[in-house]
Amino acid sequence: MAQIRIENVRKEFGAFTAVQSSSFTVEDGEFFMLLGPSGCGKTTTLRMMAGLELPTSGQIYIGGEEVGMKRARERDIAFVFQMFALYPHMNVRKNISYPLVSQGMKKADVAARVAEVARILRIEGILDKPVGGLSGGDRQRVALGRAIVRNPKAFFMDEPLGALDAEFREHMAGELRALHDRMGATTVYVTHDQLEAMQMGDKIVVMNHGVIEQFGRPQQIYDWPATKFVAKFIGSPSMNFLEFEGMIGVGGDSIDLAGKKVAVPASHEGRAGTLTLGVRPEHVRFVDDSSYRGRVIAVEYLGTTQIVTIDTPNGEIKARTPSTQAARTDELVGLDFNERTLTLFNAETGRALVSEANEGVLRRG
Amino acid sequence: MSSFSVTEPSAPQKWFAGTLVVLYAVITILPLLWIIGTGFKSPSDAIAYPPKTFFEPTLEGYVNLFTTRTRVSEEQLKEMGEPKTWYERLVRKDGLIIAGPSRFPERFYNSVIIGFGSTVLCIVLGTAAAYAFSRFKVPLKDDLLFFILSTRMMPPIAVAIPIFLMFRSLGLNDTHAGMILLYTAVNLSLSVWLLKGFIDEIPIEYEEAALIDGYTRFQAFYKVVLPQAATGIASTAIFCLIFAWNEYAFAVLLTSGTAQTAPPFIPTIIGVGGQDWPAVAAGATLFLVPVMVFTILLRKHLLRGITFGAVRK
Repeated sequence: MAQIRIENVRKEFGAFTAVQSSSFTVEDGEFFMLLGPSGCGKTTTLRMMAGLELPTSGQIYIGGEEVGMKRARERDIAFVFQMFALYPHMNVRKNISYPLVSQGMKKADVAARVAEVARILRIEGILDKPVGGLSGGDRQRVALGRAIVRNPKAFFMDEPLGALDAEFREHMAGELRALHDRMGATTVYVTHDQLEAMQMGDKIVVMNHGVIEQFGRPQQIYDWPATKFVAKFIGSPSMNFLEFEGMIGVGGDSIDLAGKKVAVPASHEGRAGTLTLGVRPEHVRFVDDSSYRGRVIAVEYLGTTQIVTIDTPNGEIKARTPSTQAARTDELVGLDFNERTLTLFNAETGRALVSEANEGVLRRG
Repeated sequence: MSSFSVTEPSAPQKWFAGTLVVLYAVITILPLLWIIGTGFKSPSDAIAYPPKTFFEPTLEGYVNLFTTRTRVSEEQLKEMGEPKTWYERLVRKDGLIIAGPSRFPERFYNSVIIGFGSTVLCIVLGTAAAYAFSRFKVPLKDDLLFFILSTRMMPPIAVAIPIFLMFRSLGLNDTHAGMILLYTAVNLSLSVWLLKGFIDEIPIEYEEAALIDGYTRFQAFYKVVLPQAATGIASTAIFCLIFAWNEYAFAVLLTSGTAQTAPPFIPTIIGVGGQDWPAVAAGATLFLVPVMVFTILLRKHLLRGITFGAVRK
């Protein structure tokens, strides 16, 4: 197992820049998520780490060794493809043993390794079946088997659950995470599903348009998004943006939102002009005597909670409140926000203003 | 899958469809059966009018195909004593003796060498080119592919004279190498395009998986891509072989002695000792065998291969 370090890696396809100078470190044994919408460069980044693409510039270190220009087979890593890419002309056993055969391992040792992997993945029963007739879950397990059989330095997975049914995906996600915890293998996992990333990852890199937007633990990224893109991409419903003209000075701890003074974490950056207040739906509270009021335009009942859509002077927002709290369409409600969890964004650049609450998180990225 | 409703056809529909298929099969296969039959007729039965459907089978046609014969006087015939073999006896009936073997086996062998040689070359070159076009960034890829296809846009025979002149000055006239080269050149565009289609359908992840599993690009190609492309290779090989095997015009023009193939040879049989239709038919029958065997061996692949691209997995 190994630490993986990416330094100023950049990838261009002709005139198109798929990945702009990116750096991050995957610690030994981490379950690391590359998250972003399709076309954001996350898969390209992973493929460069695996050696399936060569970076235009920059360095990639696996276990301290610079491998940026090395071939995939010289990197000692395993890759799980979205479509599994099981060799269709071989049975399960041959598929799993294939990486060992290439190393010239003795037949008896190969058999022992395959048996052990089959036991770990509970696929002993299907070893002699052709891969064509397998269910999605079994194919997934065989693909994992082919990856772990070699004890590689790292596992790279490109949306490995993307081809599975929704209900089975969750089960498999749990299995994957459990497998990772048991083996302690460095894993880099590409996904566009923010829930999957939050649920499974130790750390997440959020990418957009080839740029790393933020890097951190799931909770940090959820609570303190570095950009409006991250705020919008993570969480469902996503973070509310209240745009307003105003100002905040260095050390300032409140803003003026349509006449209401809203307390925010003390800012370390001053700015005047168009600002955006970011507030998660669960941090919107109904307070009858608040001067900041909005009209309820829709209520979605979700069991224990409900999503209330409110028309405010600064645009539509969604609030997640307990279902026990009455909310009727067309009702006027007073609103308040949990000051400990608010983020101010520069509306033009989309970047979060550094405050006492998020400085620790933002500095890391 | 199509969106047509799947209902059991009614009995008259089935009957009608069945009749059509049988009728088509009969129409197609009848001339073939007639040729095979003619091969076993005696020369007089072969030209009898009205045509004879039932006749006494004889191997005369095959004997004539494989031998050359000369006419001798009756005295000479008597001097030679009793014929020693069954085929000599057949020939003696007409007052002939066997002068030696014919050139048919040689021509047939030429056909095999040239047909299969050009097919193998077409497949090797075609697979390599198709793989490169399918997987790598080739400069001017689309233009090159169009250029390759454009070589098929005129009938090859249109350039027969330039090719004849070129072959003459290159010393390729009437050589196996020349004919293999020519048939390969004609078939290569078909082979590249067909094979590119097949290789495009093979997900690139298989090779990438192999590359990561510790194999070189070439190992990944022949251990993973080739088995996947077997269907395409088989059907492409059949198309190439059938063309090279049946080609007549170039063979007439460019071969006469050493490298002459069977198609230009078979009609020449007719000139030896009268109109020997049974021998011609026998030659045609034997000529069918290799392509038939090859096609039957690969037919499982062929059926899947011809419909390639029609059904997505």
